[in-house]
Amino acid sequence: MCGIAGIYNIDSEKAVQKDELSRMIQQLHHRGPDEKGFHLGKGIGLAHARLSIIDLTSGSQPIANENDTVFVVFNGEIFNYIELRELLVKRGHIFKTKSDTEVIVHLYEEYGLDFASHLNGQFAIALWDVSKKKLILVRDRVGIHPLFYTISAGRLIFGSEVKAILPAVGKPLPMSLNGLDQIFTFWSPYGNTTIFEGVMQLQPGEMLVANQDKIDTRIYWDWQLEDTAAYRGRSTDSLQEELHHLLHDATSIRLRSDVPVGAYLSGGLDSSVLTALIKENGADLRTFSIGFQDGKLDEREYQQLVRNHLGTDHSEVVCTHESIASNFPQTIWHTESPILRTAPVPMKLLSGLVHENGYKVVLTGEGADEVFGGYDIFKETKIRHFWAADKASKLRPLLLKKLYPYLDISSASGQAYLEAFFGAGIDTPDMPCFSHIPRWTTTASVKNFLSSSAKESLRGNAIDALIEKLPDNFDRLNYFCKAQYLEAKTLMATYLLSSQGDRMLMANSVEGRFPFLDHRVIEFANKLPIHLKMKALNEKYLLKRSMQKYLPDRVINRFKQPYRAPDIPSFFGTSQHDYLDEMLDRKTIEEYGYFDPNKVNLLLRKIQMKRPLGYKDNMAFVGILSTQLWHHHFVANYRKNFS
Amino acid sequence: MSDAETQVRNYILDNFLFTEDQSQLANDDSFLEKGIVDSTGMLEVILFLEDDFEITVKDDEMVPANLDSVSNILKFIQSKQA
Repeated sequence: MCGIAGIYNIDSEKAVQKDELSRMIQQLHHRGPDEKGFHLGKGIGLAHARLSIIDLTSGSQPIANENDTVFVVFNGEIFNYIELRELLVKRGHIFKTKSDTEVIVHLYEEYGLDFASHLNGQFAIALWDVSKKKLILVRDRVGIHPLFYTISAGRLIFGSEVKAILPAVGKPLPMSLNGLDQIFTFWSPYGNTTIFEGVMQLQPGEMLVANQDKIDTRIYWDWQLEDTAAYRGRSTDSLQEELHHLLHDATSIRLRSDVPVGAYLSGGLDSSVLTALIKENGADLRTFSIGFQDGKLDEREYQQLVRNHLGTDHSEVVCTHESIASNFPQTIWHTESPILRTAPVPMKLLSGLVHENGYKVVLTGEGADEVFGGYDIFKETKIRHFWAADKASKLRPLLLKKLYPYLDISSASGQAYLEAFFGAGIDTPDMPCFSHIPRWTTTASVKNFLSSSAKESLRGNAIDALIEKLPDNFDRLNYFCKAQYLEAKTLMATYLLSSQGDRMLMANSVEGRFPFLDHRVIEFANKLPIHLKMKALNEKYLLKRSMQKYLPDRVINRFKQPYRAPDIPSFFGTSQHDYLDEMLDRKTIEEYGYFDPNKVNLLLRKIQMKRPLGYKDNMAFVGILSTQLWHHHFVANYRKNFS
Repeated sequence: MSDAETQVRNYILDNFLFTEDQSQLANDDSFLEKGIVDSTGMLEVILFLEDDFEITVKDDEMVPANLDSVSNILKFIQSKQA
């Protein structure tokens, strides 16, 4: 991984000060503890914090081309760097290092702005073309690595995390209430929006070109899910073989490293598949997992099954309620965003375990559910779509019991609930957000706690704004692919890969690598018909078929258990946490101004009186507490933390 | 064995009998009598048929005569696709 930061003086060649860059990059020390590097040119300053993984001795950044006319700093890995280097050397390029970074500058020389489409990797890149005075910012296709920017006082200021931008802005940035509205709908901001007013995030698959006073952005890659008849006539056997071959290679190139590589093992299908692929590649099997005190959340039985089957050298950390509560404030420092569940916290403990054991890199299974159709939300969408085929049917909605066995469908009230919740949108199953309306509606209940002034500041409707930004071909996707697209672009990109992924890994200077998000794997899977992604309600069907022989049946056939961490119980156990009282005190709630103190008080009373708590109560509590902590870190304590 | 027969047999074997042993399922075995597929499971079978064979099943067609064995299902698919 690593961290990058920089300043570009728009339409001016004014020098950038090194000590300003230093203060920015120092905020990213956790991302790159091994080295710092700088480039200062006319009107530009680039900074880099390195986590050394490939070419430990000569791969320091920034790196330049042969005649120092192109400079790059980047965070990430270019996994096909060996093949690209061979091609570039044949075309006459001269390499000074053995790093993967250096292929970027030579590719730019060769292909100009099209260079990014040749990269197979995960990256946030800042490239400076000296003669054209052009700054190019690029983010990888799916959003594995972050990149933020703002325009302030005639300068474009960018950084891997917003905390690198804040010292250069010179003042605290208020919260974007539209960003908060989006978090309290989609779990994260959408498109270029962030929670910081005036700060944009580069979208996954996006490139920004800044040239004097002109700033343009364009999308160079997006999920293409239209062509699901592409494999008509091909046998399932041939498709499962092609998939296996792609996954094997995606894993193989992600094992390229000059330091040892480990793997996360949750006990679920995806990480088990990954571990099997690593074994197939002949690499050492060093695995890491989390266990939970709470038996309902714990997956150690399945982790053990896979460990025994594949023979891994394993370490685990057990997550307690106390460890979640005590790590929560620091987690928000790293997420730089309100969150709705405590799930990122155990991921931080897990990367801590990896770091303690001397590892810098882990392979991990995120992405498989989005790419291959694994999530319960896809099953729910399928069932709702099945119901919509005959809305008046009394039998069709009963299939929901397969997903939610506790659902009371027999009584009149049960039936009413069913229709109101799952039946939302059932008259219009082809509407753009059919799949996600139930989830977004539930999440939006957190907005009931907003103060009246916060509610008044909200502009427009978050869902309508998202629909407007959907690509032109979205209506042509089938209902399942629409759900996949929405999931990949909302929950996956800006929550799962960010708050739960990159931020929690980087908090302990660990790089995550994601074979299921190799763009060749995604492009292959995008063209699969629905029944090879989910056969009736059997999720990730083709993935399971292609890996069946390598894993125990109990893992292949295991009922999907979503990863969850305990929420409210973590904070109301036996230990005292001063920050809780301070953040949730009526005075602080009023001072920060986001929430209605009376409503917050009623929620706290409900918790303290040990009344039964639901999914929405947990989300509201974590949402409120994390928002308060966000303000505490980035606004109230701006001076202490950033100047 | 026709394509449709292979698909239907394999679907029942994989998802309800959890076996690849073809001898475990005869085409005339009654799902209800042998306890192979329960009522929620039946809806799942209907979902599979609608997805894989591009047919739509009405409520009044969700009866054993159409769905309670591999043979019944194959006859039903044929009638819907005719």
